[in-house]
Amino acid sequence: MSEKEESIFTNPFLRWIDDRFPLSSLIKDHATEYYASKNFNIWYIFGVLSMVVLVIMILTGFFLTMNYKPSAKDAFDSVEYIMRSVEWGWLIRYMHSTGASFFFIVVYLHMFRAMLYGSYKKPRELIWILGMLLYFCLMAEAFFGYLLPWGNMSYWAGQVIVNLFGYIPFIGDTLTEWIRGDYFISDITLNRFFAFHVILLPLAIIGLVVAHILALHHVGSNNPDGIEIKEYKDESGKPIDGVAFHPFHTSKDLVWITVFLIVYFAAVFYAPEMGGLFLEVDNFEPADPLKTPEHIVPSWYFTPYYAILRAVPNAALGAVFLVLAVLLFVFLPWLDRCPVKSIRYRGWQYKLALYIFVISFLALGYLGMQPATGVYVLLARIFTITYFGFFLLMPFYTRYEKTKPVPERVVYKK
Amino acid sequence: MSKLDRRKFLSVATSVTSVIGGIFAITPFILSFQPSKKAKALGAAIKVDLSSLEVGSIIKVIYRGTPYYVVHRSEDMIERLKSSENDLRDPDSDLSVQPNFAKNELRSMKPKYLVVEGVCTHLGCAPIEKFSVAPADMGPDWNGGFYCPCHGSKFDLSGRVYSGVPAPSNLRVPPHRFENDSILVVGENPGEADV
Amino acid sequence: MTLSIKKLLLLCTLLLVSDLVFSASSSSDNEMNMKPISIDVSDKKSLQRGARNFFNYCAGCHSLKYMRYGEIAEDLNISEEQLLNNLIFSNQTPQDIVTTNMSKADGDRWFGKAPPDLTLVTRRKNPDYVYQFLKSFFQDDKSPTGVNNKIKDATSMPHVLWLLEEEMTPANYDQFLLDIVTFLEYAGDPTQEKRKSLGLWVLSFLFLFLVFSYALYKDIWREVK
Repeated sequence: MSEKEESIFTNPFLRWIDDRFPLSSLIKDHATEYYASKNFNIWYIFGVLSMVVLVIMILTGFFLTMNYKPSAKDAFDSVEYIMRSVEWGWLIRYMHSTGASFFFIVVYLHMFRAMLYGSYKKPRELIWILGMLLYFCLMAEAFFGYLLPWGNMSYWAGQVIVNLFGYIPFIGDTLTEWIRGDYFISDITLNRFFAFHVILLPLAIIGLVVAHILALHHVGSNNPDGIEIKEYKDESGKPIDGVAFHPFHTSKDLVWITVFLIVYFAAVFYAPEMGGLFLEVDNFEPADPLKTPEHIVPSWYFTPYYAILRAVPNAALGAVFLVLAVLLFVFLPWLDRCPVKSIRYRGWQYKLALYIFVISFLALGYLGMQPATGVYVLLARIFTITYFGFFLLMPFYTRYEKTKPVPERVVYKK
Repeated sequence: MSKLDRRKFLSVATSVTSVIGGIFAITPFILSFQPSKKAKALGAAIKVDLSSLEVGSIIKVIYRGTPYYVVHRSEDMIERLKSSENDLRDPDSDLSVQPNFAKNELRSMKPKYLVVEGVCTHLGCAPIEKFSVAPADMGPDWNGGFYCPCHGSKFDLSGRVYSGVPAPSNLRVPPHRFENDSILVVGENPGEADV
Repeated sequence: MTLSIKKLLLLCTLLLVSDLVFSASSSSDNEMNMKPISIDVSDKKSLQRGARNFFNYCAGCHSLKYMRYGEIAEDLNISEEQLLNNLIFSNQTPQDIVTTNMSKADGDRWFGKAPPDLTLVTRRKNPDYVYQFLKSFFQDDKSPTGVNNKIKDATSMPHVLWLLEEEMTPANYDQFLLDIVTFLEYAGDPTQEKRKSLGLWVLSFLFLFLVFSYALYKDIWREVK
């Protein structure tokens, strides 16, 4: 970077800032002179939408924290207090609960984009790893947050997940006691999960988002054709197939953010429970250690992994498989041996495998919500195998893919 | 419309709509700071039963976190009010806070009941009632009233502040009304009623 | 662009359809094949009757601990006088929470398990369940209360409304129960009417904004080849 870059401002106050803070260069490097491909399609909106949802969650979460009481005695009542007594509390709460589910919808679609266009491949492996760390943090954040309403499902889902740690040999029982801070999931556990949910993980998530974007901007975005736009620059050094992030991508993103907000607020105002998917029916009664719900189900965004956990006949081994199922994503950049990035030019092998993976993921998600009986067990096992097969066989079926010729320049239709 | 005009129009239209949308969006959050329905319910006007309040006695109640004194004044106590007129800082309650109906010598609606905030107008301590005439601790000139132990402010039997004490104004009279002869409602003026 | 709009519409339909599908089967007690009832939470008259029914027949044992009398009166367009005369039978005030005079200890002793608070009953079960439960009492000499219930076997709740069921015409009794259920549905989610009406405004505004932002986007991208 040059010593003293030219300020983009004429306003003297802003120039004063520029002399003391890299405002101009930040704006140039990350917006007005950051070039991204002109052929972004719908799959490229989900990163931006993740940020939008993050802001919504932090804003609504902050206001909820003002009125929520993190004690076993008061938590459930304080949520009803927010819903009924705090002015506009019902809106803030519904935005937060709906936002949690939409966060996962958006993040899963965002991850899927990477799998479609090879966005995790060199030189973007670190972006992918940071993204996976974000995914882990998001899952933890959702898990800790789910205990907070202290409903009956909150309590029992918490119980099941914390007990998983008990399967770790030798240290398992001590570890679960250490996590809980008590011999059972109690007021103490609730209070500490509150601390995780409200301060530690949000800070971690914000830090990782900054790192994730910095890593992205350092390398440059991928695109649906999977080709590097930096290879073809014009006389002034701008990629010919790129357009400045601002105003091109900002204006386009604004449209899609609006569309997203329409869908999101339709859910908030007309279907906040979403038939029990966003707000579980069992959570409308307070936690009761004596009354186990008929079906303990985690939130929908965890059900694929829950199905895998139950598919394995041995509980401890099931826990191992669950962890592996999540961890395998991290290794995609190295499991995938095909030099071609985008699915548009890849062989039928990867396309078929990805198809099977998506069906497996969705099927496992559905199965995770059902009781583990009868034909559901068999199906869960089959799809667990196909799920793991997608990752573990990838080095083999991607090495000899019959790819199509990759174009030199991006394909852009107006 | 030229290219530049169209661009400008669309930019302005979008920006203005975003700002309006932003204001609509932020409003519920700002309003959520207001007292909740629970706070309003707990802070609703309170009813005080005065039927067992004997003549010359005081009853103390708390409304919205603040103490209020209700004194059942005797004929004698009301008589004694006249003699303190010259020693008062604000005998006509011009500097003090009270509903219009209480801007008088008796500072009340019904002569026999005094309703005042139990908060000294100096720095907020709770004044002590000293209703008897010339007790040992108050000296021979004391005609009955309130004494604040923190810095020595003195108030008469209508809560009016004497001159030469730190307190700058009379004890505040809250909005209040009488539902009937023995039920006092603190927090509402006559003609008001909470739903 | 058209492909993306298709995908968006697909997503919306998926969300709405899944909601319908899941709400129909959200209660695990649906094995009884219940005929769905139709209640209208915006019907103030029904809510007022339901409130009257509740306070006269249910509030002796069941509390509504997340509601205050005054809030119910305000939402249902009931005056304070009507509230005090018809709905509050103790010396409670409009600011008080709707508690029941039956203590938990007594309830546990008399019924085995104290009658539960009913504020959220239509959210943890659906309204259909509550209606069917009230309708499904039958005589059972083996039960300590003399009755049992087809929906919840060995229920400890007596058939409180048996006299009404006998004296009222079936149509009137049905309406009586529906009014109670409507009132409880309101109690479970008092802001639902306001929520739905506000939603219309929010979505309309967003659509308007979409028009402007789309036009701006198209204008800016005009020069991109």
